Order: sequence, then structure tokens, then C-alpha cells
Amino acid sequence: MRLRTGGGRPGAAGPPSTPRRRGSGAVGSVNRPGIRPVGRLVGRRLLAAVPVLAAVTFGVFAVAAASPFDPVQQYAGSAGLTASQETLDQLRRNLHVDGPFWERWWDWLTSALTGDLGDSTALRQPVAQVIGERLGWSVLLCAAGFALAILAGTVLGVAAARRKGGLLDRAVTSLSYTLEAAPPFWIGLLGIWLFAVQFHLLPAGGLTDSGTDTVTAGGLLRHLALPALVLGISQLPWFLLYVRQGVGDALEEDAVRGARARGLAERTVLLGHALRSGLLPVLTLIGSRIPELITGALLVETVFSWPGIASATVEAATATDFPLLAALTTLATVAVLAGNLLADLLYGLADPRVALEEM
Amino acid sequence: MTARTVRTATATATAAVVLLSAAACSAPGDGDGPGGGTDTLTVGVAQEPETLSPLLGYGKEGNSKIFDGLLAHDAKMHLKPALATGLPKVSEDGRTYTFDLRKGVTFSDGKPFTAKDVVYTYETILDKKTNNASKGELDALDSVRAEGEHRVVFHLKYPYAPFAERTVLPIASQAVASKTDVNTGSYNTRPVGTGPYILTGWRKGEKLTFKANPHYWGGKPKIKRFTVAVIEDDDVRATRLRSGDLDGAILPPNLAKAYKNDSGKRTFSAKTADYRAVTLPTDNPVTGDKAVRRALDLAVDREAIVKSVLNGAGKPAYGPLPTDSRWFAKGTERPHDLARAKKILDDAGWKPGKDGIRHKDGRRASFTLWYFSGDKLRQDHALAYASDAKKAGIDIKVQAGSREVIRPKLKHDAMLMGNGFPADPDFDLYPTLHSSQIGDGWNNLAYYNDKTVDEQLDTARRSRDEKVRKAAYDKAQRALEKNPGYTFLTHIDHVYVIDDKWQGLTTQVEPHDHGIGAGPWWNVQDWQPKK
Repeated sequence: MRLRTGGGRPGAAGPPSTPRRRGSGAVGSVNRPGIRPVGRLVGRRLLAAVPVLAAVTFGVFAVAAASPFDPVQQYAGSAGLTASQETLDQLRRNLHVDGPFWERWWDWLTSALTGDLGDSTALRQPVAQVIGERLGWSVLLCAAGFALAILAGTVLGVAAARRKGGLLDRAVTSLSYTLEAAPPFWIGLLGIWLFAVQFHLLPAGGLTDSGTDTVTAGGLLRHLALPALVLGISQLPWFLLYVRQGVGDALEEDAVRGARARGLAERTVLLGHALRSGLLPVLTLIGSRIPELITGALLVETVFSWPGIASATVEAATATDFPLLAALTTLATVAVLAGNLLADLLYGLADPRVALEEM
Repeated sequence: MTARTVRTATATATAAVVLLSAAACSAPGDGDGPGGGTDTLTVGVAQEPETLSPLLGYGKEGNSKIFDGLLAHDAKMHLKPALATGLPKVSEDGRTYTFDLRKGVTFSDGKPFTAKDVVYTYETILDKKTNNASKGELDALDSVRAEGEHRVVFHLKYPYAPFAERTVLPIASQAVASKTDVNTGSYNTRPVGTGPYILTGWRKGEKLTFKANPHYWGGKPKIKRFTVAVIEDDDVRATRLRSGDLDGAILPPNLAKAYKNDSGKRTFSAKTADYRAVTLPTDNPVTGDKAVRRALDLAVDREAIVKSVLNGAGKPAYGPLPTDSRWFAKGTERPHDLARAKKILDDAGWKPGKDGIRHKDGRRASFTLWYFSGDKLRQDHALAYASDAKKAGIDIKVQAGSREVIRPKLKHDAMLMGNGFPADPDFDLYPTLHSSQIGDGWNNLAYYNDKTVDEQLDTARRSRDEKVRKAAYDKAQRALEKNPGYTFLTHIDHVYVIDDKWQGLTTQVEPHDHGIGAGPWWNVQDWQPKK
């Protein structure tokens, strides 16, 4: 952020780098997180993740067992409604769903530790294959949507905070509240109607054009655009409102008033001072939005026939497909834990007052 | 001030650019949708198959695209030879079926098709370790063996006239499938068959793609690429059809209406055996009373349900067999007659109480009717039925629940059920009405027990004389009319909309479950482009 403002005053580039200078200065070795505290934090979190994951998977098996869904009926699908009792009983034995759930959990856990995630009953495939085939597409969609939400949220949030109560502020704030209330599903339908039916700009769904199988970079971008946009927009209000609030508050702080008093350019004040401190709560938000992002992706993937992990999750849950459900829950838990860790690391990096050791 | 305004504008513009950056990636507009060619077809369906392996039940009613059965159904649902060279030779006692197999047929991996594949397919399905939920359909089959490379012989446990109808079941490749785990192996997602199409890709949740099999024994299909897009939501499917992304789709009647006057599109209303009915459990003193059953049968206004619930896409049902089936007993149609319904109840001693609901011997004419939660169509049927029943003085409480909740209650409660297998009357009538099926899984949910019906159903499934069968099914249907243990409501049409680019398109009589094998594209391999 090396700014060259018209004033050309020597102090112009100073203030934004003040904290940095402090960080890399004499006391920097204390405040600036090095590799070692980061490593220790990651290590501590990894250790803490083990009991969390064990508890979560146990909970999943317990909840699935307590759910009113019968795995055999769900497996058999419509054929189950004409099947004889003998066939259904045989299926129950074959699917190993006749024992108590903790037994099934223990079997799953021990074989998962040896790298065997078991077979998905609902999809008639090994779990590793189910996840391997789909995870990449989901990660791509989530990353694109999330990046879009953060970027657009930050830009719009800053713009809105700059002139609170101004036209732009009022417009984006009310839009945000509307979007917060709008289900991603509905935004998705709207997006299809607008971009695919009215403008013929973007394809309405899928990973490739209906007629072809090969995934090309250009084709992928075209097909990714709409779902990522919808996912991004559904996440956007949270970031936008947080940034707006954070930056707005920061603009009232003494440091900012001081910077203004020194006659710094408005841009420097806004981006160098207010945004920097206003972004801190947003970093925390990144971590806490991940579960919501996964839920949003689930709906968006369904609307756009995106071949990601979402449809598998729904299927696994309604079919009480224990192995797949446990693997997917583990995956989601890991994503949430990693998101929180990432947020904390970023926070430590961005705010020198925070010591990673204390987290 | 002006500078600030300019900056605000810049910020807004930047935001707009960021927001639209994704959209900006959409530069080329050429590869839009499936294009206008007649050698590719993209259709939208609501449900994805769980598996593509015939060993677990895929394509058991034919038209599997990837596979062939020994026999197949034509447009009129008559059997014709497929992998067999002709219809089977049946022994005098009706228990041995012999098929001669087509020579020179190869699987898509180039390996020859032989009798071993047939034996493998049937034996694997019947194997206890195979998780095939519909294996009960082959209940009559005792053993199957190969006689040389090109003949198979099926032995049945009992004489079973409709057995040949079951042999439309797709034949898997022993060489490929036997090397994998039948329940979770790769044959479920990468099948190898003899059929007109070869699977080229299946991204679950998105689509299945097929290419024409250049070595298909029935000649190479004109449609070279066939894509089945999986789009669960009706509105999204309709939107994608509208956007040109799909050439055809299955749609609910109200959404299909928009295409009625579209000259570029054709609407098909496929006739089906797909019925909705209310079970009236024998063990419940209200629903088990013949007078109540008959009164309900007359009190329900089927025409009104067809009109309001189905938007006209269907017809009244008086039994599992559709009124236009050749097996339907003419004259068993019942008119809507509320006055007669009331009279029957009066005569049987069901007297109206203060609240308008009838009583007899201190018992209120009231029962619970269940439907599967989330099934809008069944819900609408159930509500319409309950409102008609109320007019006759019978109180029906409509409730939603999952399979697991509903099944244990069905000895005393009614359920809005659906089913329908068009291939043979036995497939619907026997499991639904025969007393031997009472309480067996989801069969005979009304616990229906009628001696005449039992006898006639047994006669009809044993005899291979069409006249004897027809006479028996007539008698069974007339007995059902006298003791209607189910109130049959409607047969539901399945509605499809498709681009008008091909000629000679037809639909078969469709079953309750209509996946890839249903719709006008049931015989996509035979389609010819319009000149």
C-alpha cells in the first residue's frame, strides 16, 4: 500500500505504515507472530480437533440412528414399496444396519483410521470415490463464491461507511437486508431467469454444456459464473454489513481523527487507517461463515445441478447412509475448524496486539 | 463536493465491476445449449437412477438404453424379441421357458454375449448377498441354466403366465461385472452392456451422457449423443427447457400448459398404469364394513379430482387396471352418486349424528388417512377424498408421515398409496389384492381378503390361455366392485414437452416409476429426424 498522494508531504506515506513499522521494529519480535507460534497454534488446534471429530462422528451416528428414517426403506427406494418382508429383512442384514449404533460407529471409526472409509449404501459406491469425484467441484464453487463475497463485501462496505446515510449507503444497506432474507434457492432461480432465459448470457446449470462431456477452462468459467455469483451474493450481505460497521466505527476512532487532523489525504485515512482496523472483525467472520457457506452451497448446487458434494450430503442424510454421512460430517467439521484456525491466524497477523500464544 | 461525488461514483463502479466480473467471463455465446442438430438429444428428468447396474434393479422394466433384455416391449406394450431370437417356448406345465439367443451380439467392450451372461444376471439378482430390493419380482424363478452358448432354460417354482414379461430385464456382462463387488463396485457407475447406447459419463447430480453404440445389433441409432440432465426442481427444469438448454423434459401439467401453443414444441400426455388409491383396512371396524367401502366408492367424485388435482392430465380409476387397458372389465366404472352412497349407509344402520358424522352401535364413522409427507400430489388426493367423504357423513382425518411412521399404523389406518406396472395385470392385482400378500412388506396394505378375488387371481396367473385369464380378471374386478377394499381414485398421465424435430414419436403405457426408460425417448434409438 505505497500511496503517492498529491500532497507529496513526507508524512503522507507514514501513517499507514505506522503499525507495520512498529511490528518490524525493536519490539517486533514480540508482537509479530513468527513461524514458531503459528506452528504451535496449529499443533494445539490439531490436538483439540481429535476429540471434537470423535464426538461429532459419534453424534452423527447417534442422531442418524434416532432419526425416524429407516436405512433399509431408504436404500430400497420405490422398489421398497413393493418388496416382500423377506427381501427387506435380507437387506437389513446385508447392509449391516441391524446392530446398535455405537457398534456401527466403532466399526466405522476403526476402519476409517486404517484409511478405509467404507461403502456408501445410498450411492452404491465406495465413500472415498464419492468424495473424490465431487469434492473438487464443491471446493471450486465455494472458493469462488466466498472470494466474491469478501471482495465485493469489502469494497461496497467501505464505500458505504465512507458516507453513512448517503445514497450509496442507504442503497447497499437495504439491499443487504433484503438479500439476507432471500434464500439462495430463490436467488438462484432469479439468476437463471435473468442470465439464462432473458439475456442468454450464461448457461442455466451443469458443469459443461448439455451436449458435451469434456471440461474446458472457458466452458468451466461460463458454467461456474452463475452459481458462484449466486453463492457470493447470498454471502455478501454479512461481509458488507460487517465491513461497513467496522470501518464506520473506526472512522470515529481517535487514531483516525488524529490522522485527519494531520491533514492526510482522505484515501489514506480511509484505506490505511479505518479499513485496516475495521477489517479485524471481518476476519473472525470468515471463520464463522464457513458453515453457512456450506449450507448455501448445498442449495446452490441443487438448483444448478452442480456435481458437487451437496447432493451427496442430502442423499446421505435422508438415506441414513452411515459411512457417507460420517465422512461428510467429518469433512464439514474439518472445514469449520480450519476456517476458524485460518481466521485466528489472520487475526494474529493483522493485529499486532493479539498474541497467537494466547489463543 | 464534486470530487467526493466522483469518488462515490468510482467506488460504485468498482463494486459493479467486481460483482459482474464473474459474468464477464461469459464472452463466447456460441456453445449455447445443445444446438439445433437432430443427431443429439438432451432431456431433463426429475430423478436420477441410484445405480446403472441391472443386478441392483436398473432398467428392470426395459428401455435401459445401455442394455437389452431377452425380450422388449413395443409401443403397444406387446413383447418382441431382443437378445432372444423369438418369444420363449413354454413347456406344457407352464414351468419351463426356453429362449434361443441372438448370435453375433457383442458387449460394448467387444466381448461376445452368450448364455453365460444371462445365467449370471439372473443368478446374481437372486443371490441373497445381492442388495436388490426388487428381487421379489423374480419370485417364481427357481433356476436358470445355459444349454450351450445360445440357449437358456428357466425353470419356475410354479406355473406363472406373466413370466415372459419379466424377461425384459437387462442382461449384464458376466466378464466385467463378476470382477467387481456387485453392491458397491464400479459396474454401478460404469456399466458395460449390449444396448443401443454406451454410457460416456455420469456426473452424479448433474447428468448422464450416452453415445450411440456403432456396433448395435439393431443398427446404429440416428441420435448420436443422448444426454439426460438431472434437474430435481420442476421450475428449474421448465426454465432450462425454456432457455433452450434442454430439448425435452418431463413437467407437471400446469407448467407444461405454457407450451400448448408453441409451434416448435410438442406435448405428450403419456397414458400410464400409475394409480392413486386409498387403502381401507379390513381390521378397522369402519373401513372394514362393506357398506362404508361401497359408500366411499360412490361418494368420491373422481372426475373432479382429475380436473382439479391433476389439471385434467389423468383419468378416473376404478381398480389398478386403467380403463383403457384391454384387461379392464368393461362396465365396472362407477358413477359419482352421493345419494346412493347415503342410502347404502342408511340401510346399513350408519345414522347421521348431530355433527353430520354417522354413527353405528356407538361407533363414529371416522378414520385416519395417511400420505407420505412432501408428496403434494398424494396430499391433494387425500384432501379431496376426505372432503367428498364428509358429504356422505364419514369423517376422515388426513395426516402426513414418513414411511417408517406410517407402515406400523396401516392395520387400522388408511393410506393414500400409488403404484402401477403396466406389463401384466398380475403385477398390480396380485400383490395388492391377494390375501397371501397381507402384511408382507408394503403389499396388500388394505389387508384385503376376498375369496373370489383370491381364486380368480390364482387362476389368472397360472393359465396361459388369454381367454381364461381375461375371464378370471373380469371376475376379480367385479368382485372388487362389490367389496371395494380400496377406493381407487385416478390414473395419472405423465406429461412431457419436447422439440418438434423428430418424427414418429410415441409413448408407452408407463409404470408408476418413470425414470430414463419412460417418456417419448423410451425408444430414442429408433428416432428419425424430420425431413
